[in-house]
This record gives sequence, C-alpha cells and structure tokens, in this order.
Amino acid sequence: MRFYIRLFELNLKSQMQYKFSLFLSCIGQFITAFTSFFSIQFIFMQIDAVDGFTYGQVLLCFAVIMLSFSIGEAIGGGLANFPRMVNTGEFDRMLTRPRNLILQTVIPFFDFTRIGLLAQGAMVLGIAVPRSGVEWTVAKAAVLALMVVCGAVLFFCLFMFQAAFAFFTMNSLDFLNIFTYGARQFGRYPFSVYGKKLLGFLTFCIPLALIQYYPLLYLMDETAHPAYWFVPCLSLLFLLPCRALFKLGIRKYKSAGS
Amino acid sequence: MIEFQNICKTYRVAKRQAGFGNAVKSLFSREYETVRALDDVNFYIADGDIIGYIGPNGAGKSTTVKVMCGILTPDSGTCLVNGKIPWKERASHVKDIGVVFGQRSQLWWDVPVIDSFELLRDMYKIEEKAYRRNLEELTRLLELTELLKTPARNLSLGQRMRCEIAAPLLHDPKVLFLDEPTIGLDAVSKIAVRKFIRKINEEKGTTVVLTTHDMMDIEALTERILLIGHGRILLDGNLEELKQHVSREKKITVKYTGAAPALSAGMKLRESKENQLTVSLDPRVLPVSAAIAAFAAQTELLDVSVTDISAEEVVAALYKEYRI
Repeated sequence: MRFYIRLFELNLKSQMQYKFSLFLSCIGQFITAFTSFFSIQFIFMQIDAVDGFTYGQVLLCFAVIMLSFSIGEAIGGGLANFPRMVNTGEFDRMLTRPRNLILQTVIPFFDFTRIGLLAQGAMVLGIAVPRSGVEWTVAKAAVLALMVVCGAVLFFCLFMFQAAFAFFTMNSLDFLNIFTYGARQFGRYPFSVYGKKLLGFLTFCIPLALIQYYPLLYLMDETAHPAYWFVPCLSLLFLLPCRALFKLGIRKYKSAGS
Repeated sequence: MIEFQNICKTYRVAKRQAGFGNAVKSLFSREYETVRALDDVNFYIADGDIIGYIGPNGAGKSTTVKVMCGILTPDSGTCLVNGKIPWKERASHVKDIGVVFGQRSQLWWDVPVIDSFELLRDMYKIEEKAYRRNLEELTRLLELTELLKTPARNLSLGQRMRCEIAAPLLHDPKVLFLDEPTIGLDAVSKIAVRKFIRKINEEKGTTVVLTTHDMMDIEALTERILLIGHGRILLDGNLEELKQHVSREKKITVKYTGAAPALSAGMKLRESKENQLTVSLDPRVLPVSAAIAAFAAQTELLDVSVTDISAEEVVAALYKEYRI
C-alpha cells in the first residue's frame, strides 16, 4: 500500500510542479463542461419533457454520468498511454516489478485536472436534486451514491477494456471512445430515449443503463421493486470480462525488440 | 537455479515491401512470416554461476531473457527460475530477480535517483536495515554519492548506467539479468562495473546472466558461455574450451634490435614491421619456450609478448562456423 501511495505522491508532486498549468486545466474542465449543461437548458426552453422525463430528472441523469465519468476518467484516463507503452515495450518494466500491473500503469497518470469536471457535476447535482420531483429518503440517497460509485467503476472498466485491446492490435482503437467519451455525451439523457434496442445493448453488453436508467426509475417511484436497489451493483460484473481480456492480453504480449 | 526445457517461442511478423502502393496492398492482404525466436531451447544454470549469453543480433537472446523474467510467455516448454514458473507466478517470481536492460531505464525519469531508490524500497518491501546497508555499499562501490541527488534525466549515460545497476540490487535478488550493462560506459566505469559484478557474485552468491556484445565483459566475468543462433543453443561451454575449439594458436610478438630472426617450423608470419615481428605459432609443433629460445639465439630481444586468440576472435570464428 505504501508503495502505491508513494507513487501517487510522486505523480501529484510532478503535476504540481506546473502549478499554473494544473490550475488553468481545472478551470478549463469546469468551463467546457458548461456547454453540455447549456445544451440541456436550451432544449428544455422549447419542450417540457423528453420521453416523459422532466428537466430535473434529466439533470439528475446528467449529474450522475458526469460525476462518475470524472472519477472514472481521473483514474482510468491514463490508460490512454497504455497502447504506446505496449507498442514500445515500455510495459516490460511493469512486468518485472512485483506489484499489480493495472495500478502501476494507472497511478502515475492519475489526472488531477478532472476536479474541474467533478465540481461541475456536483453543481449540476445541486440544481437537480430539488428539481427532480424525487421524494428523497435515506434509501434513495444511498441508491444515488451507488449510481455514482458503480458508474465510476464502470467508466474505469471501459477505459481498461479499450486499453487491453492494445495487446492484440498494438495500437489504440479510437472507435471504442464511443463507450467512454461518447457515453458521457449521450448519457445526459435517460438511455430509454434512444429506443429499446440500444437500451438492451446498454443493459446486457455495456451495462451503462444499470447505473443510470433503471435506478432512476426507482428514484422516481416508477417501480418499488427492491431489486432495483441492487441494479447498480450488477454493473460491477463488467469487471470480470475486462479483467479476463487484460489477462489474455498479457499472455499475448509480444514486447518489443531491444 | 534456472532451468529451460524445450522452450519454443514464435512470432508472427507482417512483412511488406517498401513504398506506398505496398502499404495500401497490405491493408487487404497481409503476408505473415513466422519467426522462430526460440526453437527447442534447453539449458540449466546453477546457483552462483555467471553465464555469458552471446549470439548475433536477432538470435533470440532478448527473447530468452524476457521469458526468464516473466515478460514473455513461451508457446511451449517449461521454465523454472528459483523453482517458479515466471509467467504464472509473476509477482512472487520477480521479487527474487533483478533486471538491468541497458537500453531501457528502470528509474523514474523526473525525480532524483534517491527517490527512485526509495520507491523501489517500498515496492519490494525491503527492510529499512537491509536497505540502508545495501544503499551504502552500492553507493561506495559504484561511486554514486553525487549522482543520487540528481534527476535521472540529467545524468549522462554512463552515470545513469551505474544507477541502473545499483537499483535492482537493493532488494538482494537471487538472480541478476544484465542486458548489455556496459553499453556506453567509459573505460573506467566499465572496469568498475565488471569488478562490482564479480564482487556481488562472490560475496552474495548472486547468479548472473549476462548478455552482451562486448567480449571484454565476457572475458572478464564469465566462465561459462551459452551461444545462441537462429533460436537454438549452439554451444555451451567455458571460454577456454571454446578457444581451444576454435584455434590452439598462440600469437607471439617480439621486438628486437639487430638482424631480423628467421622463422622456425610451426610459425606463420602475421606481420613484420621495423624491429618488430608478429607470428602465429602452433604449440603442438613447437613449444612456446622453444620458439622464444629460437628468436633469442638469432637476435637481441627487447620485448616478447605471447597471447591467446582473443574472445572477440573466438566469437567471430564461431559465428562464421555456425553461419549465424
């Protein structure tokens, strides 16, 4: 544990060396996130509801996705460097160290500038919670927290999933961004607005709906079934195929000539 | 202890001709060539040995080392290092080994070397006492005092190599893998590093596997040599045997004043300069002492030197012999 903390400190120290840049990036993250927020604002100036969801409920979705994405990306975004590391054989170094491979890869690239995005998400959540028409209880607050936490894990998994492909293709597969950066964009609305087929895909293949649409129904008292409580946790099952893919990738790892 | 049994490893390499047209063509149909990097490799290395692992470029040296380090998984065969299968028990295996890749840095680039060392201490969970002792010893032997406070990126290659060699020794590995450890070092540093490797081998019984193109390293350090070519182990023996295998000839250089001496039977002229003569001698025909006596009888000798064929020449002859 001490090693990982040290590694984290080392990264923090080196990012803080460029204080000004870190500060500006945080602000930039915060400001650019407003574009998404405003687009929702403008749409709701014209209409009252999307697929039966009100302004407050859509904002709630938006906040949940934003919060979980910013945490997931702060941790997992560094995996974007992974294809390069695999390609150049730099990954060799990780393999010759007696520590967890994923943590070794992720911690040095932990992105502190995502605090800006996180702040924006928290702000939107602050606006959404009273306007969503949800009758808040302790149980519902807990479900909301689960949505964010499981969502963060899920986004991290998606980054890992994308990175693991580098073992096979030796290059990054940018189209997979649709599930990371893309999901952040289209996750602003409850996934049911995109139709049944897509909802099915986002339930059983890439389980993003499990941290957004279904628990939202529970919050809105659309269903009282206690199973909905547990739905966000189900999305954690996605860890298993990601881990399996990563493990398989290591077996296929070719290194690079030296 | 390292054991390699019937290890095979193949790569599939996409091949194409140069040029844009061929690049486009390769998008649709690609020709692959299967390269047998390791082809049924077997060897055994006992604890405390120093092994020189040699072979021309692309022979499979790095692949072998990477299998032993747990970086690559072979297609077939079994490999045991300290009783463990490297790629299956990666984490516990790498605790017992140290790795230096001359071409690739193990240090954290932006921070002073001492910070990297402390990170390694936490990574390997080295006890504080052992860490202090090792750090002190390594600092003394490799003269690191000044370098420790400098960020790795500001060190010259030679300075960095000294730190790179110290880094994996902090955790007292049982086996040390050195891939071109003296690359880019000046003469003084080279000698220091070689002396140092000998010392830790003698004092701590560390097994050392050394791959290098610098035959001086081999000559100074190793008794046993493994020669690999086209993915196969071609020779396994000590340097002396290999020298005998390649050539028994001795080289005699004499400096003299006065008349040039005539050659006796068993000598072949290599080079003749003013007041200096170099011959190669077959000691089975004429013993070395008799040859020197023959020269001394004919002229006044100022200086005599007798040398074996050099390790460099041995290896060149072996590469030629095995056509690798």
